[in-house]
Parts: sequence; C-alpha cells; structure tokens
Amino acid sequence: MSTPERIALLCGLFAAAMAIAQEGPNLGIEATAEQVAGWSINIQPDGTGLPPGSGTAADGAAVYAAQCVACHGQEGVGGPNDRLVGGHGTIASDSPVRTVGSYWPYATTVFDYVRRSMPILRPQSLSDDEVYAVTAYLLELNGIIAEGDVMNAATLPQVEMPNAGNFEWAYTED
Amino acid sequence: MNDDPALEAVAGNGLLHRRLFLRGSVAAGLTFMTAKTATAAPPDVPASMLVPGAGMSGYGLRSPHEDHVQRGFGSLPGTVGTGASRTPLEHLEGIITPGALHFERHHNGIPDIDPAGHRLLIHGLVERPLIFDLDSLSRYPLVSKLQFIECSGNSGANNAAEPPNVSAGTIHGLVSNSQWTGVPLSILLDEAGVQSEGRWILAEGSDAAGMSRSVPMTKALDDAIVAIYQNGEHLRPGNGYPMRLFLPGWEGNMSVKWLRRIEVTAGPTMTKDETSKYSDLMPDGRSLLFTFPMEVKSVITSPSGTNAMQGPGLYQISGIAWSGAGRVGRVEISADDGESWAEAALDDPVLPMSLTRFRLPWRWDGGPAVLQSRAVDETGAAQPTRTAMLAGRGSAYRYHYHAIQSWAVTESGEVSNVYS
Ligand code: HEC
Repeated sequence: MSTPERIALLCGLFAAAMAIAQEGPNLGIEATAEQVAGWSINIQPDGTGLPPGSGTAADGAAVYAAQCVACHGQEGVGGPNDRLVGGHGTIASDSPVRTVGSYWPYATTVFDYVRRSMPILRPQSLSDDEVYAVTAYLLELNGIIAEGDVMNAATLPQVEMPNAGNFEWAYTED
Repeated sequence: MNDDPALEAVAGNGLLHRRLFLRGSVAAGLTFMTAKTATAAPPDVPASMLVPGAGMSGYGLRSPHEDHVQRGFGSLPGTVGTGASRTPLEHLEGIITPGALHFERHHNGIPDIDPAGHRLLIHGLVERPLIFDLDSLSRYPLVSKLQFIECSGNSGANNAAEPPNVSAGTIHGLVSNSQWTGVPLSILLDEAGVQSEGRWILAEGSDAAGMSRSVPMTKALDDAIVAIYQNGEHLRPGNGYPMRLFLPGWEGNMSVKWLRRIEVTAGPTMTKDETSKYSDLMPDGRSLLFTFPMEVKSVITSPSGTNAMQGPGLYQISGIAWSGAGRVGRVEISADDGESWAEAALDDPVLPMSLTRFRLPWRWDGGPAVLQSRAVDETGAAQPTRTAMLAGRGSAYRYHYHAIQSWAVTESGEVSNVYS
C-alpha cells in the first residue's frame, strides 16, 4: 500500500470511529400519544396547544381578585410584582413601562405563562376556564379586547397585541 | 533604582511587563512591598503540630476560615426563589467556579427532584417520541467541556445612572465556569428522528415556573448537550439536577435547568422569557428577540470594587475574560483611565467559550489610578467602552451589558466602581 493510500485508509478508519462514538445506544422508550398529550403544556403563537374551555373578562375579574391582586395590584397596577396593565405609548420613550398590554407581542403567551407559572405560590392550580378568563381580564384592562369577548382556542390567537409590530429577530434562521 | 528591564513600565501609572512574574524577577519585585508583612513573626511551634488533626469525612467542607466567601442573593417580593445568587468573583482565582459558589437564576425556586422519578420527553416534529431517564442517559456517549454560563442580565447594575459602589461579584457575578459533562443533544434528536419542518426546539424545565425557552435547531444539533455532571459530580440542585440543557456561549436563561421536555417545533414558541423578558428594547421602540450569543467581556477581579489596597508597592492585577464566540484572543490593561494599555498574560488553558484568567504586574505608587481591562476575542470582536456601548442602545436595553469595567483606586487605597 502506498503512503497516500495508507493515510486515506487511516482517515477512513478515524472517521468511522468518530461516527461510532457519536451513535447512541437507543435507550429511549417510545412515548404514547396519551403520555405526550399529558406532558405538553406549551402554546404556540398560532394557538397550537390551546385546550378546550373559555372565559370572559367578567369571569376573569373574580379569578384575579382571588388569585392575583395581592401581588399585581388593583387592575394590574401598583402591586409588589410586575405591573400587568397600562404603559401604552411609553415603549419608545425614555422611561418605557413594559406590561402585558404595552409590550407583549402575543396573547397566546399570556395563557401559556399564566397556566404554567401563576399564581406563583400555586402554579398550575387554575382550571383552563380560569386561565382563559383571567387572560381575557388582563387583555380587557389593557383595552385590547372588549368586556364581553369570549377567549377560547379559536379567538385568543386572533387577538392583535398593540406592540407586536415592533419586534425584530436578532437571530437569522439559515 | 532597579535596572532590571522587566521592571520597566510598559504602560502608564506603573503597569509592568507581563513576563515579570514568569521569569524569576519576583524576588526583586517583592522588595517593593510594604514592611507590613515582615513585622508578623511566625509562632515557634503552631498548635496544629501538637495534636492529631481531625478525621476524614465522606463529603468535604471548606475551611471554616473561608465561610465569609458567600454568594449574595435576593428574591422578588412574596417569593423566596425568584431571583439570583451571584458568584463572589473577587474571592476566586483560576477559572473553575466551585459548584457551591456557582451563580443561580431561578424563576420559582429550586425543585427537589428524585432522579428515579425524573424523565426527559423528546417529542413534537419527530418520527418517534422518546422518554429517557438519568440511568439511560448515563449510558450514552458523554462529552466534557470547560465552559462558562452567563445570565444575559449580568452586569446590568452598571446600566444605572450612577455607578453602584459594590463588589465585582455583585455587579458581574452572574457568570460562572464549570466542566460540564453530558450527552450531545444531537444524538438524542437523531434517535427521535427530527422531521424536516423541525427548525426549533422548545426546552422546558420541571420547576414551578415551567421555565421554557425556544432554541434554533442549528444550535441544538451543533454543540448543545444534556448536561448531567458539573465539575465531575452530578449537577447541583440549583444548577438543574438531575439534568439540564447546556448551550455553550449563549445567554444562560436558555440552558434550561431540570430539563423535562424537548418539543421539536416549526418556529419559536414565544414564551414569556423570550418576549416579555430577555428581549432588548431600543430607544426607537423596536425590540430585538433572540439575541443569543454572549459578547466578549472581561473584568478585573483583583483589585476590585470595595477592596482596600495594602499600601504602595507591587501588585498583580488579576481578572477573567470570556466570549460566547470562541477563545479570548488578548486582554489589555490600563491603570491610567484608558490613556495607555499593556497586554496581560493569559493563564493556560485558553479555551473556547470558557473563562480565561489574565494577569499583569502593577507597581502602585500610591497615587490615584483607574484600572480597566479590555478583551478581544479570536474573531476580533473587542469589548466596548460603556459610552460606546450605551450610545447605540439607550437606557432601557437591560441585557447583554458587556462594557469595559473601571475601578478607581484612591490615594487612601479604596477601590470602587466608576464610569469612565
Ligand atoms: C405571590 C405573588 C404572586 C401572585 C399571587 C401572582 N403572581 Fe404573577 N408574578 C409574580 C412574580 C414574582 C412574577 C415574576 C416572575 C419572574 O420574574 O419569573 C410574576 C409575573 C407575572 C406575569 C409576567 C409579567 C411580565 O410582564 O413579564 C404575569 C402575566 C403574571 N404574573 C400574571 C399573574 C396572574 C394572572 C396571577 C393570578 C392568577 C398572578 N400572576 C398571581 C408574583 C405573583
């Protein structure tokens, strides 16, 4: 065997060894559709993942008063934690006030986040109807939907957030 | 005067050549130190030589004399675990952060997870949704990398109009460096069989915040790992036990801890922590989503904010530099507020996306000084001044602060944070 041939062979062996090192032992257990459904709680901006159920701002006011007001304040302002309402028109100013209404680009994110994380001392304790309702209440307080609007899997992804057009991606997909 | 050329100043206000400490001139250098150390007489026979020492233990503790070295931490009102603890950088040397001092950023506390019941589900746009546990992952090919993780909110304290007079760790301690060992995520995704429309993943933690972030598939397939070890032992609870995502060089929040689920998706999920938070608001009202890589950065850790100098004489300036884009190329130091600069020595190893330790001898003449370090990474990206960095950003841009840090030294030897 000539030297170049030998090198080529060695390189081939080396590449094969690398490939083997990167191969897994296939120890994953195949998940059933039911398992996946029970496990997956995220909502995509197009509404994928939204559960059945619904609620209005009126229903949500009661949920908010019982579960949220202590930390986020009356009507979403003035509590010890994040302000959730107002700040419209401040985003391009020297002192922007970022809230669900003034800043957030997607209404689906409100449902996703409140359902998984709030109220912070009892996450995932609200029913889906309650999450729809309190989401509707926050959107209504922010003047984004009307008091009687029903939020559900069909309507929530349609809600246009006022600041949505001001977001740009710093990351380019290739 | 000393005529050793190594003791010649290489930049203003007493900066000496980086080779001074390396070539045995240290003895000559030490003559500059104050007489203070010479007055402390050693005891004839230390007490420790007269009685047997303590026995062994199964899991070691540090010396009680080091108990003052602590992370500072705080949590939002009404919570105990929604906040951050910061690595006390000013107390550490070298480039490895001890597990017990690694910074933490949690959104609803540290979950108590028994690995026997913990599972990782990979599903979504895949051929086969798969469930893994810690035992099965431990049988996969593992890789180890010494790499930093930095919260993109790190150093945000220096966005304030007035410089906070606090320590290096209090300002910059949301960065730590560990040897992370885990399974390349590409192997697990390959076994699940990613469909062609699968361009992103959603990673979700099993904490009480259900912390979740979207990650581009290119990163997931490139160098992402599911980490199960940190500095040789299983992950600390505060750093994701029993398994976390680890994304080298990218903002720390994305390296989701307590990883329970990876969903392959067509696009980003637009979670709260990639829209409401961890997005960058610019002065004209536009906001940037997905500013993933952490920039080139450095900070002098000794001497640093709230330190007291021990009188004029020879010191070694020491600090850390890093870049999410690769290796640190070089670090320069100024002792005269940026008038002149000298190149620092870099300790081995200099690794991609790892903290790198830099050093330079400095003869402090007892006068006022402003110490600065600026890093340049191997791609040529250079750390900006604070003024230059803020010029394009405005004050509402909260994350990715990576400007040059300035420490002022007064004639009485107090070291404090200043803007320059
Ligand atoms: C015990 C206090 C507490 C209660 C009660 C509470 N929250 Fe929160 N909330 C917080 C904290 C703390 C955060 C910030 C979490 C973080 O930074 O990760 C937060 C964040 C939020 C946010 C994100 C704000 C933003 O702009 O990023 C929303 C929305 C929210 N809460 C809604 C609710 C709703 C709806 C309820 C009632 C169902 C509720 N919260 C109850 C403490 C609370």
